[in-house]
Amino acid sequence: MSTDAFPLRSRFRTFTDHAVTVLAVIATLLVIAPLAAIFAYLIFKGASSLNWNFFVKVPAPEGEAGGGMANAIVGSAVLLGIASLIGVPIGIGSGIYLAEFGRGTRLANAVRFTADVLNGVPSIVMGVTAYALIVFPHIAFLPCLGHFSALAGGVALGIMMIPTVCRTTEEMLLMVPNAIREAALGLGVPNWRSTLSITVKTASPGIITGCMLAFARVAGETAPLLFTALGNQFWSVNLNEPIAALPLQIFNYAISPYEDQHRLAWAGALVLIALIVLAVSLVRFVTSRGVLKGNS
Amino acid sequence: MGVSIEVQNLNAWYGANHTLQDINLNIPANHATALIGPSGCGKSTFVRCLNRMHETNPIARVTGAVRMGGLDIYADARPVEVRRRVGMVFQRPNPFPTMSIYDNVAAGLKLNGYANRKQLDEIVEKSLRNSALWDEVKDDLKRKSGASLSGGQQQRLCIARALAVDPEVLLMDEPASALDPVSTSKIEDLIFQLKSQYTIVIVTHNMQQAARVAEKTGFFLNGRMVEFDSTHKIFTNPSDKRTEDYITGRFG
Repeated sequence: MSTDAFPLRSRFRTFTDHAVTVLAVIATLLVIAPLAAIFAYLIFKGASSLNWNFFVKVPAPEGEAGGGMANAIVGSAVLLGIASLIGVPIGIGSGIYLAEFGRGTRLANAVRFTADVLNGVPSIVMGVTAYALIVFPHIAFLPCLGHFSALAGGVALGIMMIPTVCRTTEEMLLMVPNAIREAALGLGVPNWRSTLSITVKTASPGIITGCMLAFARVAGETAPLLFTALGNQFWSVNLNEPIAALPLQIFNYAISPYEDQHRLAWAGALVLIALIVLAVSLVRFVTSRGVLKGNS
Repeated sequence: MGVSIEVQNLNAWYGANHTLQDINLNIPANHATALIGPSGCGKSTFVRCLNRMHETNPIARVTGAVRMGGLDIYADARPVEVRRRVGMVFQRPNPFPTMSIYDNVAAGLKLNGYANRKQLDEIVEKSLRNSALWDEVKDDLKRKSGASLSGGQQQRLCIARALAVDPEVLLMDEPASALDPVSTSKIEDLIFQLKSQYTIVIVTHNMQQAARVAEKTGFFLNGRMVEFDSTHKIFTNPSDKRTEDYITGRFG
């Protein structure tokens, strides 16, 4: 055995191996710990306030006990629906342009730079932007403009989703081996068709992950909604009306003077996280069906 | 049926790099033609010029004429049309990883809008039989991914995929260089069977392989075609000193 020839060095290697493994495990725990702590604390603070009413009732009038966040749950769903309708197609489309058609062009570099800057813009600025675009202007023949609305909130969140979706789409497409593109082109498939049916499809698990990341990020955003969706104490699914949202409701309750509302805020935060996890898992489950045997 | 290929004054560049210089040759229909030469001599670039794949690189450029059965593929056809008539098999097997075995073979037809299911089934079976893969995969056609097969099977799948669009010419760029000897001999058997129906151009580093499968052999060196003749002549009595040096292993 060669290890016997150098007993000291062998022992040192074994020690290094263990040490690095332990360090990796510690790092993993440090990543998981905050999430677990947040979850545990939310359950501790919020679970006791969760009941049937929370999911089916609108908020109780100021000072009264009871009430729920049904309108905020539905409102968040509406806002995120609008946001995804805006952010996912534009983000994926621009990502495809960056990776497949515009590679190396000046426009592509400009788009990539813009997306990276957009990613770093504070979320409240997104709210101001949507305010300036939709809430502020009054145009007679466009009744959707000129007031606080679900639409304005959805647009603010949608713009926030674009850079994340765009850049992950680009990165995932760049990871598709060129051999796959050449295989498709070699069959006489037009470039656009090969891009959509082969390259994008091959990269789709990663692209979906990018969309989910963007979705989960904006799902908890409060600032962009403050002066766009505004919030609503009553039932509304009208896109032209102010609409309630879970983060807004949590924010309002958290800064209120009533102990009862604080407890509801904790419950709301728990529900928000649970719903995000649920939505992401659902998308993963649906998109992972139909994956073939032997495909990594 | 295969068509003959007539190449006239073909020049190709990658950026400032003049990778192919004044290539002239006639590749006979329904035969296998081997291209040999050291790495970087331009033989891969040459076959990529035969299906206009070379120009997919933005810095690449081509001049000259390539006629396939009378059609000048640079002057008279769009790249997409050319590639439908000229199948290509690459060095590394490259099945579409998200597709089933069936969809891999049907890809060329489906992606070009061909959708008759019954005929697709027939074409897929015929192509897989022609590539000697049918018996190994017939039970998993729609269940398994193309990427789940072994390397040799994947390469035969890629051949089936190329055959399914019914090309006239089949280009093979070192099709067996990433495979083990057993898989390699299966690919060679296949080339033997296929050349009655297709014009086959095969790039290879393996001179025994060229000698086994091809009637004609061309020797490339530094972007030029040094010699093109019957395989027998190239390997027994080459006219050019450089060819002789190469096949006897004195360089390259």
